[in-house]
Amino acid sequence: NKKTSCSFLSAYHQRTCNNFQVSPPLTRGPSAFIPENEVMQANGLDERTNLLVEEYSTSGRLDNITQVMSIHTQYLESFLRSQFYMLRMDGPLPLPYRHYIAIMAAARHQCSYLINMHVDEFLKTGGIAEWLNGLEYIPQRLKNLNEINKLLAHRPWLITKEHIQKLVKTGENNWSLPELVHAVVLLAHYHALASFVFGSGINPERDPDTSNGVRLIAVNNFCVCDLANDNNIENASLTSSNFGVSVARRFFLLASYFAIFFFTAFDDEIVSTDVSRYVEDPGFGYKDFARRGEDHLPTFRAQDYTWENHGFSLVNRLYSDIGHLLDEKFRMVYNLTYNTMATHEDVDTTTLRRALFNYVHCMYGIRYDDYDYGEVNQLLERSLKVYIKTVTCYPERTTKRMYDSYWRQFKHSEKVHVNLLLMEARMQAELLYALRAITRHLT
Amino acid sequence: MEKMARVSTALGGNTLTGRTMFCHLDAPANAISVCRDAAQVVVAGRNIFKIYSIEEEQFVEKLNLRVGRKPSLNFSCADVVWHQMDENLLATAATNGVVVTWNLGKPSRNKQDQLFTEHKRTVNKVCFHPTEVYMLLSGSQDGYMKCFDLRKKDSVSTFSGQSESVRDVQFSIRDYFTFAATFENGNVQLWDIRRPDRYERMFTAHNGPVFCCDWHPEDRGWLATGGRDKMVKVWDMNTTRAKEIYCVQTIASVARVKWRPECKHHIATCSMMVDHNIYVWDVRRPFIPSAMFEEHKDVTTGIVWRHLHDPYFLLSGSKDSTLYQHIFKDASQPIDRANPEGLCYSLYGDLAFAAKESLISSDSNRKPYIGDRRHPIFFKRKLDPTEQFEYISSSSALSVFETDVESGSMDWFVHTAKQYALAGRPLAELCDHNAKVAKGLDRNQVAQTWTMLRIIYSSLGTMSSTNLNHSMGKGSTTLPLMNSFNLKDIPSGLGSESRLDRSKGESRTENILMDSSSTLINNEDNEETEGSDVPADYLLGDVEADEDDLYMMDHENPHAEEQEYSLPQEAFPLRHEIVDNPSALDHLQDKADSPHVSGNEAETVSLTPVESFSLISISHSLYENRLPSDFFNPIVRDTLLFYAEQGDVQTAVSVLIVLGDRIRKEIDEQTQEHWYTSYIDLLQRFQLWNISNEVIKLSTCRAINCLNQASTTLHINCSNCKRPMSNRGWICDRCRQCASMCAVCHHVVKGLFVWCQGCSHGGHLQHIMKWLETSSHCPAGCGHLCEYT
Repeated sequence: NKKTSCSFLSAYHQRTCNNFQVSPPLTRGPSAFIPENEVMQANGLDERTNLLVEEYSTSGRLDNITQVMSIHTQYLESFLRSQFYMLRMDGPLPLPYRHYIAIMAAARHQCSYLINMHVDEFLKTGGIAEWLNGLEYIPQRLKNLNEINKLLAHRPWLITKEHIQKLVKTGENNWSLPELVHAVVLLAHYHALASFVFGSGINPERDPDTSNGVRLIAVNNFCVCDLANDNNIENASLTSSNFGVSVARRFFLLASYFAIFFFTAFDDEIVSTDVSRYVEDPGFGYKDFARRGEDHLPTFRAQDYTWENHGFSLVNRLYSDIGHLLDEKFRMVYNLTYNTMATHEDVDTTTLRRALFNYVHCMYGIRYDDYDYGEVNQLLERSLKVYIKTVTCYPERTTKRMYDSYWRQFKHSEKVHVNLLLMEARMQAELLYALRAITRHLT
Repeated sequence: MEKMARVSTALGGNTLTGRTMFCHLDAPANAISVCRDAAQVVVAGRNIFKIYSIEEEQFVEKLNLRVGRKPSLNFSCADVVWHQMDENLLATAATNGVVVTWNLGKPSRNKQDQLFTEHKRTVNKVCFHPTEVYMLLSGSQDGYMKCFDLRKKDSVSTFSGQSESVRDVQFSIRDYFTFAATFENGNVQLWDIRRPDRYERMFTAHNGPVFCCDWHPEDRGWLATGGRDKMVKVWDMNTTRAKEIYCVQTIASVARVKWRPECKHHIATCSMMVDHNIYVWDVRRPFIPSAMFEEHKDVTTGIVWRHLHDPYFLLSGSKDSTLYQHIFKDASQPIDRANPEGLCYSLYGDLAFAAKESLISSDSNRKPYIGDRRHPIFFKRKLDPTEQFEYISSSSALSVFETDVESGSMDWFVHTAKQYALAGRPLAELCDHNAKVAKGLDRNQVAQTWTMLRIIYSSLGTMSSTNLNHSMGKGSTTLPLMNSFNLKDIPSGLGSESRLDRSKGESRTENILMDSSSTLINNEDNEETEGSDVPADYLLGDVEADEDDLYMMDHENPHAEEQEYSLPQEAFPLRHEIVDNPSALDHLQDKADSPHVSGNEAETVSLTPVESFSLISISHSLYENRLPSDFFNPIVRDTLLFYAEQGDVQTAVSVLIVLGDRIRKEIDEQTQEHWYTSYIDLLQRFQLWNISNEVIKLSTCRAINCLNQASTTLHINCSNCKRPMSNRGWICDRCRQCASMCAVCHHVVKGLFVWCQGCSHGGHLQHIMKWLETSSHCPAGCGHLCEYT
C-alpha cells in the first residue's frame, strides 16, 4: 500500500525554516530557475527525444517552454497537441487573429516572452503589422475582446452573460459563438501559460532575429521584495481554527489568504510601456475573491457546473474537437504521477495534487462541496502557498526566491509538475466561468 | 400473468388522472423520484428537498425535509431515490459525499435517519434494491460503489471500479444479485453483489463519460446507456459479449434515460446541456423522437415515469426551478412537423423526389414503372398489429425523374467555367475575352453583356474621342424556360398539377431605355403558355441616329444576325416574333428564385438561343466624360440580379469578380455570398476543383474567402508500416523511419510528393514522371503496376 503524501508533508512543514540561500537567476538554458542540466536529464529519454524531434520538425523550433515541459513527456504531448489545434488547425478564427489574441492575453500579465513569440507568428501568418502598434490600431471587433480578456485574466467570477451578449450582439462587429469560444479558449490558454512562463522562470528565446523592431526587450522584473521573511501576515485563525469553523468559513478564509499582504506590497507597480500598448486598463488586477468580512459571496459551486459534464459539452459543440483535447490535457495533468516525492518512492500523491488543484480554484471562488479545505493548510506549507498565489494571480511578480523557498528537498521536475497543475487548474477555472456565462446566455 | 394482475390492481384501484401541470420550486432541482403509489414526488437539489403530492389539478407541497436554520451540505442533494417497497423510505446522495436515508414515519420534524460518510467525493447516484427493503447502493466520484444494509451503521461491501468516477448505478430489475455501474471513462461494469472483489463483466459503451443507464423493465437482458457523446445505446446483455442492438443519436449529451413503462421500445431521455427538451424515442426509429416535451426553460435534470405501469404520465424537474407533470397526449410530435418530402438533383440532372406515400398513392392509376433502372422505388412497411404504440406511418415513395441527356447537357457551363478569365489582366481585356468565350458557345446575350461592361467601365475615356453612336443589339431575355426532364411514369397526381403550376415559368423582359437623363428599367413578367410564342414588348429608346450610324457590336458574325436586325425607324413599341421553340415540352422548373437550386435551369440557355434584339442607342452626347461609370451601376446590378434569377449564377459571379470593387458595394453582402456559394457548389459538382478554388480566392466576401482555408488536412499512411501517420512531421511514430522517401532517389521528399494509391510508393514529382517514361512498374521494386491519374 502506498503511503499518502500527507504524512511526508506534515513532516516537511515542521522543518521549513526561513533562512536559506537563494542562488542568482540563471541566464543560460531554458529556465532561469532550473539548471540546464536538470532540464536535459529526465526519465524516458527516448520517448522524449522523439517527441521533441517531432515538435521541431513541425514548428521549426524548440522553444524554452517545450524544453522545460519535456521533463513531463506525457503531458507535453497533450499540451502540444491542443496548442497546435487551437493555433493552427481548422477553427472559426483566422490565423492572425489567433496570434493576436494570444498577444492580448499574454500582455495582461506583461509576459514579453509569449508576446514576442506570437508577434513573430502573427506576422508570419499574414497579420497586419500595423496592429502591433497597439490596441488603438486593431479592428473594433478585436477591441471588444478587451473587457472579457481583462476579466478572465484577473477576476473571472465577474463575467456575466451580459458580457457575452454584448460581444455576440453588437451588429457588424459581433462575434459568433464559435468564434467567441475559440477566443475564450485561446485567452484562457495564454493567461495560464503566462503563469507557467513566470512560474518556471522561462528565459527569453535566444534566437537572433530581432530585426522587425516590434520585439520587446524582456523586462527583468525579478522582484526584490523579500517575501519569505515576512511573517506578520500569518493568519492565525487559519491554522488554529481547523476545528469548529464551518466548512464555508474555511473556504473563504483560504480564498482570501495573503490578501492584505499583496495589496500593500505591489500597489505602485509600473507596467512596462512596451507591453502596455497591448493592455487596456492596466491597473485592473486580481483582487481577492473573498474580501475579509464578506462571508456570503456567490461562490461557484463546482458540482453545479463541472468541466466534465457541462464545460466539455458546450466547448465541443461550438468548437469541435477542442473539448476532447482539453479534456485529455486536464485529465493528464490531474492524474500525472510518478509515485515519488522528493527522495521518497511509492507515494500516493493524489491528495497533494488535489490540494494544489483545488487551492487554485479556491482563489477563483470555485468551491467543491466534497473537499475539506483544511487539507490545503495541512499539505501546503506557507511558502508554497505564497508561490501558488503569486504564480496564479500575479505571475509577473514571481521571483526565483519564491521558487527556491518552497519544498527545498524536492526535485526541479516536481516543481515543474506543480507549475503544470497550477497552469491547468487556472485555465480550467477561467474556462468554467466563461463557459458558464455562455451557457446562461444561451438559456 | 403475475404482471398483468398487478397492473389491474395498481391501476384499477387507483386510476391515474391529471393534466399537464407544473409548480414552481424555490430552487433548481437536481433529481426527482416518485413514491410507489404514484401520488407523491420528491424533489431534491442543492437548496431544495421537498415532497409534493400530485393532485388532479396541481402539485401540493406536503413536506419540506430541509429543516434547521442553517442546513448543512448534507442537504445539498445530487440524487434522490424513493424506495419502491417501503413508502416511508428515501435516500439522498449529497454533493459532499454523504449518503443519507430518511424515514418519513419518524414523528419528529427531522426525518433524517442514517448518515453514511464513507465516500470521499461527491456521490452521484443512489439506488435501492428493487425487492430488498434494506439494501442501498451508492456510486461516487471517488470511483467506489458501496452497498449499505440500512440496519447496520457501515457499508456492507465496497466495490472498486479501478477506474474513474462512477456516474450511475442501477440494480437489475430481474436479476437479484446483479447491478450495473457506469463510469466517467466510458465503461460499463456489471457486478455481482456477493462478489466485491471483481466485476463480472466490463465493456466500453461510450466515448467519454456514461452519465446514466437504465435496465429494461420487461426485457431482462436490455440495458440502455446514455453518454456525453450524445448517444443513447441499448445493449443486449444476454450474450457473452454485450451487444449493441439500438443506438439513438441525440443532439446533446444525455443526462438521464428512462424506459417507458409498457412500451417495449420506448425510452425517455433528457440532456445535460444546451437542450432543454425531454424526448421519448422509439429505439427502432432513431432519427426522430416519437414525442417531445418542450415545457422547460432550462436543462431538465430529472425525469421519472409517474407509475411503474402507466406510460402516459411523465414527471420532470429542471434547473429552471419547476416541476412538471407531462401528459402524453399533450406531447408534441416532431414527426408532424418534419418535412416528409425530399427533392434532389443528381450530378446528371436526374431528379429524385420522395414523398409520403399517402400523398402520392391517392392516385390509383399509377402503376410501377418496370424495366428501367430508374423506376420509382416504393418503400412500405407493414404495421405490426401487435405493437401497442404503433409507428406513425413512415412509408414514403421515391420517384426518380430522368433527364433528357441532350437537353440536360451542361457542357456550356463547363466550357465557360474553364475558359473565362477572371483576373490578371486589364478589365477591358477580360471583358473582351469573356465575351468571345460566350460568343463561341452561342450565348450571345452573355457576350453582349460582357461587351457592354467593357464599354461602361473601361472604354469611357477613349469613347469620347471616337464620337460614335453605339447601338447594341441586346439579346432579349425572353428565353423560354424549357424542360429538362422527360417525366417517366410521373404520378399523374403530381404530374399534371405541379406541371401546370410550374410551366408558368417566368419570362422576363428587360429593356433598358435610355432617356436623355434618366434610366428606366422595364421588367415585365409575361405569362407564358406552353409552346406558344412569347410576346415581348420593347420600348425603344429615342433612336435618333440613322441606321448608317449604328455601330454593330457583333463584329464576329455580322451577317448572320443582320437579317434579324430589322432596325426600327420609329420609336414605338414593337412586337418581336420569337421563333417557336421546338423542344418546348413539359416545363419543370423549381424555385426560379433560388440560384442554388436552379443551377440546372441555366442549361436552357444553351438549348436554342432564341434571341430577339432590342436596340439601345447610346448617343455620345448622353455621356461624355462627365458621366461616371458609377452612373451605370444600378443597371449592371440589375443585370446581375437578373442573371442570378435566371439561374445563371455563373455570369453573375464572373461579372462580380471581374468588376470587383466597381460593383461590389451595389449588391448586398448576403446576396453575393449566396451567389458565390451557389456557383462554387455547381463547380464542385462538375468537379471543377481548380476553378472553384480560383473563384474562392478571388471572391471578396469574407465568408467565401475562408472556405479554402478549412479542411486542409490530408491524412496519410506511412509507406513502410501502412498505418496512419500522425499529422505532423515526416517520421512515422511506429516504425521510426522517414515516411515520405522518394522511391527513385531515396531522399526525403519535401514539397510536392506524388504517390501511387495502389502501393503507396512514390516520390518527387519529377523523378516519378521520369521513371514512368521508361517503366510502368513501381520504382520501389514492389512489383506493382503503378497508376497515376
